[in-house]
This record gives sequence, structure tokens and C-alpha cells, in this order.
Amino acid sequence: MKSGVRVAVVDYGMGNLLSVRHALQRMGKEVRIVSDPGELLDADSLVLPGVGAFRDAMGELTARELVQPIRDYVSSGRPFLGICLGLQLLFEQGEEGGQSVEGLGILEGDVVRIEVRKDVDGRRLKIPHMGWNQVRFRDSGREKFHGIPDESHFYFVHSYRIRPKDESVVAATVCYGTEFPVAVSRENLFAVQFHPEKSQEFGRRLLENVLSTD
Amino acid sequence: MLSKRIIPCLDVHEGRVVKGVQFENLSDAGDPVEIAAHYDQGGADELVFLDISASHEERDTLLDTVRQTALRIAMPLAVGGGVRNLDDFTRLLRAGADKICVNTAAFRTPGIISEASHRFGQQCVVIAIDARSKSDNSGWEVVIRGGREPTGVDVLEWAKEVERLGAGEILLTSMDRDGTRMGYDLELTRSVSQALSIPIIASGGAGNLDHLFEVLSSGEADAALAASIFHFGDHAVRAAKEFLAAQGIAIRPVPPLP
Repeated sequence: MKSGVRVAVVDYGMGNLLSVRHALQRMGKEVRIVSDPGELLDADSLVLPGVGAFRDAMGELTARELVQPIRDYVSSGRPFLGICLGLQLLFEQGEEGGQSVEGLGILEGDVVRIEVRKDVDGRRLKIPHMGWNQVRFRDSGREKFHGIPDESHFYFVHSYRIRPKDESVVAATVCYGTEFPVAVSRENLFAVQFHPEKSQEFGRRLLENVLSTD
Repeated sequence: MLSKRIIPCLDVHEGRVVKGVQFENLSDAGDPVEIAAHYDQGGADELVFLDISASHEERDTLLDTVRQTALRIAMPLAVGGGVRNLDDFTRLLRAGADKICVNTAAFRTPGIISEASHRFGQQCVVIAIDARSKSDNSGWEVVIRGGREPTGVDVLEWAKEVERLGAGEILLTSMDRDGTRMGYDLELTRSVSQALSIPIIASGGAGNLDHLFEVLSSGEADAALAASIFHFGDHAVRAAKEFLAAQGIAIRPVPPLP
């Protein structure tokens, strides 16, 4: 990325933005925390972070009138990165306590709780899926994962997983009981279930690749 | 495969890292910010700061330490010690902590677990449990206030309650083993891990690399926390990871430097 190009990080009251901000600053990016629709639409590149509950997050985005601006930003063709909840919200529906909640609907598919409780070798699996797991890249994600060996470890913490309808958007998967998608890529949009900002050197490389506007 | 986590723990007092032996007899081991950065580069999977300061003024020093550390490292940082209420959560999270460890306050006011879990997310609520063998050897009891106050409450019962209330993981310390370097309490760790569906971080008693192997295999811990075995020597985490990987434990290799 050219210096002076600003990365905007959406603040909608869901989780700690600091680590995302710090990671970008360490890379020499100019970071702006944005919470208003106008500022969001002005960004050169946009990061939607977030941890916590799908329903609360959609409630916050709606209350701050950020739902349509995020859709419009993604349509603008400028780089967009979703992280963790910021990946899940892109889909049409999330579920919580058996009830479905409408998402941003930018990608087709839904978000469901991780149900598998045993690994292939019979070991019990803990929920949340928490810690460093190996990510398998697909061809559609190669460019974004440039400079990172396939099956590198990234830091995860989540209890829900995405189910995209369109397999072609899947950029990477992880194995946790079963193999499921953890990264999506479509034109200027890229989003990951894991936390690149907490994934040391490989996380840094990924952020650099995704947010580059060159 | 999901890796077992290797977590160095820094006991912090007045802005300096110390390591207590059974929570007493402190010896100075350096600047927490520098040590944290060193562990980040050395491939630690996560870091824990435990504040052992006594007063509010000293805790403000900790916030500053957390702030400076969060600027430097790109791995999860958990902070605990003296956390009493949701305001403490807010302050530490704003300073840059990713997870907050609560011990005594959670025991006395269990509602803090569900409230924190709801407000800040399950992933940042780590409940620390100090466990000591019951005198009749019928299991373990919860001890609070830094090991000073036995409660008579069974560790397994409390751990299940903690999970039900919405904790994201448990930091389980064996009081019997802490500071002894005799190895983790495997039976304690395994019992709690099998009874729960959230991850367990084992703590207390690590004296050598075999102890890490034992607790991550037969102890069924999801993560191993240790202090002194990592605080000496430049390649301690790397050596531990190479040893564990050679023993067949799922371990994340130390990543390259920028």
C-alpha cells in the first residue's frame, strides 16, 4: 500500500478494535476508526472486525445506520477485509438460540453453530474453537495468501461457522472435527474467520496482501 | 489440526516481572514489555500477565504495561490479578488486553461471568481457579484470594458452573504443585478437562519439558502455562515446541521473523 493511504476500521461497539489498529500501525498504515456512514464510504480500504453475538452486531450496525453504507462500500470495488464476526455478518442469515437473524446479505449462505464434538480420531473437541489451527488455501485465495506456506497456523476463537452457498467464494478451509470454510474471496472482498492481527508474521503478511491498493 | 498452546506467564509487580514460589519469595526477572516482545518473536502462542500488586496505584502501572505491550505483540494477551468488576474488564480491554482472567471476584459474585461474557464476548472471559487437594484426598477444593482462603467448594462443581455461566476457558492452577517444579497435577487437569467442553489451560508445577508433554497428552490440557522454565534462555519456547512436536503433540512451529 502507498503511504498516506488510510485504512478505516469500523467501530460499531462489538469488541476490541485495538489489536487490529495496532497491527496496521506496526505495518506503517494510517488508521482511522470510523463509526459514521460518511466516513466509512470515504475510506481507501475498510476493515470490519468484531467479536461476539451476531444478533447484537446486526442491532448495532442497524442503529448506527451502517448496514447500507457497508454494502455500498463493498460495491465500490475498494479493498474490504472482514475479520471473525466481520466475516459472518456478510452472509444472509445467522442463528442464535435456534432463531435466525438477518445478516448483511452480501454473500449467499448462513452461519451456524459448530456442532461436531469429536475429531476424526475420536478425541473430544472443545467449543469455542480456540487457538492456532492450520489453514488450507484454495486457488481463489492464493493471491491473498502470497508468501505464506499452505497449512500455516492462524489464531482462531469462534463457536459459529459460515456455510457459503457458492463454493467458488471459499478461499481457505480449516479442519476441526470436519473441514469447513474460514476465508472467502470475491473481487475486492476478502474475509477470514481467524484473527490475522493476532497471528504474528503470517497474519501480518496476509493483512499486507489484502489491504494493498497498488 | 488445532495446536496445543504454549503460554508463558509473567507475574507482574510494580511494572516488573517476578516469579513467586508458591506465591511468595519473589525474584526480579525483568521488564514485562521487553519480555513480551521477546516471546512474541520467539513463537509463544499466547501470553498471560498476572498482576500481583496489592494497591490501586500499582494497578494503574499495570494498565500502562498492558498498553505498551499491546503495541508490540501480535498474539493474544490475557491479563489477570485483582480484577473485581466489569469496570476492570473495560479498563484492561481498552488498554489492549484480549482476555481477562478473573478468580476471587468470580467466585464471590458469579454473575460477573455471565455479564462479562454477554457484554464483551465469551472469548475474553477466562476464569482462573486455584485448586488444592482436599485433606481426605476426595478431590480438590477451590482456594481464593491468591491461595489464602480455602472455600470448601469442589473444583469440578465450580468449573461446571463457570462453564454454564458463559466462561470462554479455564486457567486451572494446582496449588499443591505451584512453584514446586515437580510437574503439573495431571489427575486434576484431566478431571476438569473431561468434565467440561471449554478449553483448559493447565498451570502450576512445570519444571521441565517432559512436564509439558505429560499435561498436554495424558493430562488432556488444551494449553500449558509456565513461568520459570521459559524465563531463562533465549530459545526456551522454540526448544519446548521442537521437543513436543517430536513427541507427536500438535504444536505450531515458531514462525519466521519479518
